[in-house]
Amino acid sequence: MMRPGGEQGWRRLPGAVLFWLFGLVWALPLLYAIWSAVHPPLYSTVFALFAPLTWHNFAQAWNSAPFARYFLNTIFLVSFTVAGQVVLATLAAFAFARLSFPGRDLLFALLLVQLMISPAILLVWNYREISWLGLANTIPAMGIPYLGSAFGIFLLRQNFRTIPSELDDAARLEGCSLLGRLWKVYVPLSRSTYIAFALASISYHWNDFLWPLVISDSVSTRPLTVGLEIFATPDQGVQWSLVTAATLMSSAPLLIAFLLFQRQFVQSFLRAGIR
Amino acid sequence: MPEIRRRTLIGSTAALLAAPAIVRAAEVKELSFFYPVTVSAPMATIIEGYCRQYAKETGVTVKAAYAGTYPDALSKAVTAIRGGGGPQFSVMLTSDIHTLQALDLIVPLEEIGLDKAAETWLASFWPAFMFNTRIGGKTWSVPFQRSTEIMLYNKAAFTKAGLDPERYPTDWKAQGEAARKLTNRKGSPQTWGIQMAADITSGHWTFGALTAGNNQPLMNNAGTKVFFDVPKTIETLDYWVSLSKTYQATPSGVTYWSTLVNNFLRGETAIIMTSSGNLAYVTQNAKFPFDAALPAGNPTPRTVVGGGNVYIFKHASKPEQQAALRFAQWLTTPERAADWSIRTGYIAVTKTAFDTPAMKAYIAKHPVAARPKSFLPVAWGELSTYQDARIQTLIENHIDAALAGKATPEAAMQAAQKEAEAILRPYQHL
Amino acid sequence: MEERRLGGWLFVLPAALFIFAFTNLPLLATAVTSLYAAPIAGHGGGFVGLRNYLDLLADPGFRQSLVNNLLYAAVTVPAAMVLALAMALGVNAAIPGRAFLRLSFFLPTMLPMIAVGAIWLFFYTPQYGLVDRLTRLIGMGQINWLGDPSTALPAMMAVAIWKEAGFFMIFYLAALQNISPQLREAASLEGASRQYFFRRVTLPLLGPTTLFVAVTATISAFCVVDHVVEMTQGGPDNATSLLLYYVYDTGFRYWNVNSAAAATIVLVLILAALAATLFGLVGRRVHYR
Repeated sequence: MMRPGGEQGWRRLPGAVLFWLFGLVWALPLLYAIWSAVHPPLYSTVFALFAPLTWHNFAQAWNSAPFARYFLNTIFLVSFTVAGQVVLATLAAFAFARLSFPGRDLLFALLLVQLMISPAILLVWNYREISWLGLANTIPAMGIPYLGSAFGIFLLRQNFRTIPSELDDAARLEGCSLLGRLWKVYVPLSRSTYIAFALASISYHWNDFLWPLVISDSVSTRPLTVGLEIFATPDQGVQWSLVTAATLMSSAPLLIAFLLFQRQFVQSFLRAGIR
Repeated sequence: MPEIRRRTLIGSTAALLAAPAIVRAAEVKELSFFYPVTVSAPMATIIEGYCRQYAKETGVTVKAAYAGTYPDALSKAVTAIRGGGGPQFSVMLTSDIHTLQALDLIVPLEEIGLDKAAETWLASFWPAFMFNTRIGGKTWSVPFQRSTEIMLYNKAAFTKAGLDPERYPTDWKAQGEAARKLTNRKGSPQTWGIQMAADITSGHWTFGALTAGNNQPLMNNAGTKVFFDVPKTIETLDYWVSLSKTYQATPSGVTYWSTLVNNFLRGETAIIMTSSGNLAYVTQNAKFPFDAALPAGNPTPRTVVGGGNVYIFKHASKPEQQAALRFAQWLTTPERAADWSIRTGYIAVTKTAFDTPAMKAYIAKHPVAARPKSFLPVAWGELSTYQDARIQTLIENHIDAALAGKATPEAAMQAAQKEAEAILRPYQHL
Repeated sequence: MEERRLGGWLFVLPAALFIFAFTNLPLLATAVTSLYAAPIAGHGGGFVGLRNYLDLLADPGFRQSLVNNLLYAAVTVPAAMVLALAMALGVNAAIPGRAFLRLSFFLPTMLPMIAVGAIWLFFYTPQYGLVDRLTRLIGMGQINWLGDPSTALPAMMAVAIWKEAGFFMIFYLAALQNISPQLREAASLEGASRQYFFRRVTLPLLGPTTLFVAVTATISAFCVVDHVVEMTQGGPDNATSLLLYYVYDTGFRYWNVNSAAAATIVLVLILAALAATLFGLVGRRVHYR
């Protein structure tokens, strides 16, 4: 529920102006990216009001790497990873929240280790394991180490525990199986948590760089961020107009999605009851 | 949620990829190689074009894989090879040679087998590009994307400051004085006389060019000894520090490589030390007359070379190694070397490439493109030792301490020498 | 309950399998690796016990990374949290253009660090960089932010705070929205001032969120090094080298996998100790529902 006006103090003008300034400062990197991307390279460090506009940077960036393919790869990678995380985390969170079985608490503690240590830190060994499985240089390989998400399990478990057990009991009396109750009672009531988790996870994996670079060898598997790298560190120094154009291009889906769905997104976070 | 990524930090160690195919036929039909991308030129497109053409001419398919930056290419190759797979050859930093030797990954060309024609071909490379390449009487790689440190200077600024734009200073003192005259910290526009990069990964290259100008190499050819604390090296760092402290012609602290070309093009820095690989880009974008020159020396100007070579890996079968060598030869034929140079800005690696019509026409149009070639006779190899990345980072950190005034040049270089000796100790008996 | 014994395990198994295979197992393997050494130039190697750890302690680069990282965490964690709370309070109020502000604060979370690093590099460029232009407006002299060992780490801290605060804002916003409006009405009826209400009601109710954010922020402060690699590579003079960056340099640029493993374990131990402290000290005083 949005309840505007919670903190009355901001009604006062000086506070609001100050806060706006704060927001503006925060947006500077993006504003700069937009500026630099739509002007000729000369203007990437010169701010003139009537600088000529151009789309050339986007065209040049797009042509410097097979971005169309990279987009496709990133979309596959992100959907595979997030879908897998959601399914696995739902099952595990349900068991941790509502079922009792021997070793449950110890197991939960062991899994939470991952909250602290992302698979990314351990990429040497992860690389070995993926190779043993014969999966190196495939799109699933980029997602597999992340499929079990302690963060997702933790969030969902917290949420499942807040669902009144009366609802659960009612479903059981109607003869619902465990899976049936999970599907009919728990999942629908946790929609917000799912959206919140999915969005956080999507932006993480959309922007993930190191692991995909390590495990992918070819154009047919490389994601967008790897394509971005070409512009970020060339010998002649950073060409800001290209970096920023490529950045905007590859972040556009996320940015547009956030703009379109930000109301739902924020509300989901609010309802997710993350605490 | 922890997040880590990044280019230099590529995965390492064993990767049990597909076992290398056993080559029964002497005729190898397929090869794979890694190459890094370092300039904004569409290098991927160019390389893939070469591979297509090679397949058409010879029927051999070369699968080229873009491998990120130079450190990425090294890491990816090592990782894959240790795991039993990997490419048969790769473009990697020339200065990585000792590291690759220590990892026992590369094979010298002589062991692959060189016929008379190949000997002639090897003799056609610029001798400067054989530093860090020919070691212990053996040739460990093939020069490919090569460059050298140059000074770029703004001729208009020289004229305005009353300096002769046709004559870049040749000794340290004259260079410092010129830079002082080119500096203007009051009024508008504010300018610096000179800037040289000292950040991590580029500082050792700058320093190598400066010490070469002082007739002092930074290491021995075998890559087992460094000369950081000798008087001439310390004297060189003293000079670098003096550009800010005494001449007040450069900002104090560390200048980043990534800012140099932009500073120069904006007219805010009159002289920069940069890679010859940037000439094409500066030519396209400079709004003022400029030229390239050798860095001033004490007293004789010198510079260092840099860039990447083609290495052929030990784990490949003999026929594969021979096929890789043939491809490397094809890549460096005069026409291809000229084409590669014109399209990327690297220096054409053989003397004969400069006799091709394409190269002649290009130089007629852009005379400055011929400058780096004329510096090669006095160019040395860059800092390259065992554990080269570690030694380079180490000296850069100490150089930075001196430039930031946290340590005297003498103390900084003595500390660097001590640390480097500890790292290199195990390699002394090689 | 009997039927559930097996059922529970079946539900947990798939996720547990993946987490064990790609987190717990590699962690164990790393610990073992840290007790061995690779031969150098054909000599030495084998089991060396704790020698890799002792070598780390003797390495000035490692000690500096450790100090840098502790300092970095001590500044970025509280700063990001305070700013996150301020952002949440702000966009929770009836301020015009809330949607834009929310977007602006949350944006950094959505941009890839590899590109963000390049943009900040421009901001910090002396002379024409954005930061220098702004500081000149208020009459400050030119500062070579990333080029001076004494300002480089603070400059990197600013990037981290910018990147993280908006993400934490979302959690605070969620918590603020969950504070019942009746509480506020009751308080205002009793004549409590806004400040009093904030201090005595709002802040305590944000306790669990604060704990969660603190732990997440601490982990980030030790596990995010993208910007270091992109912008400074640990320089100048090791001023911006953080622990995880040290690990990667050692493991993947210097090829000393065993020493890198030892540094990884040190990093993990620090994280574990900090998390335990946070949960132990703060957790006891926070009341969960």
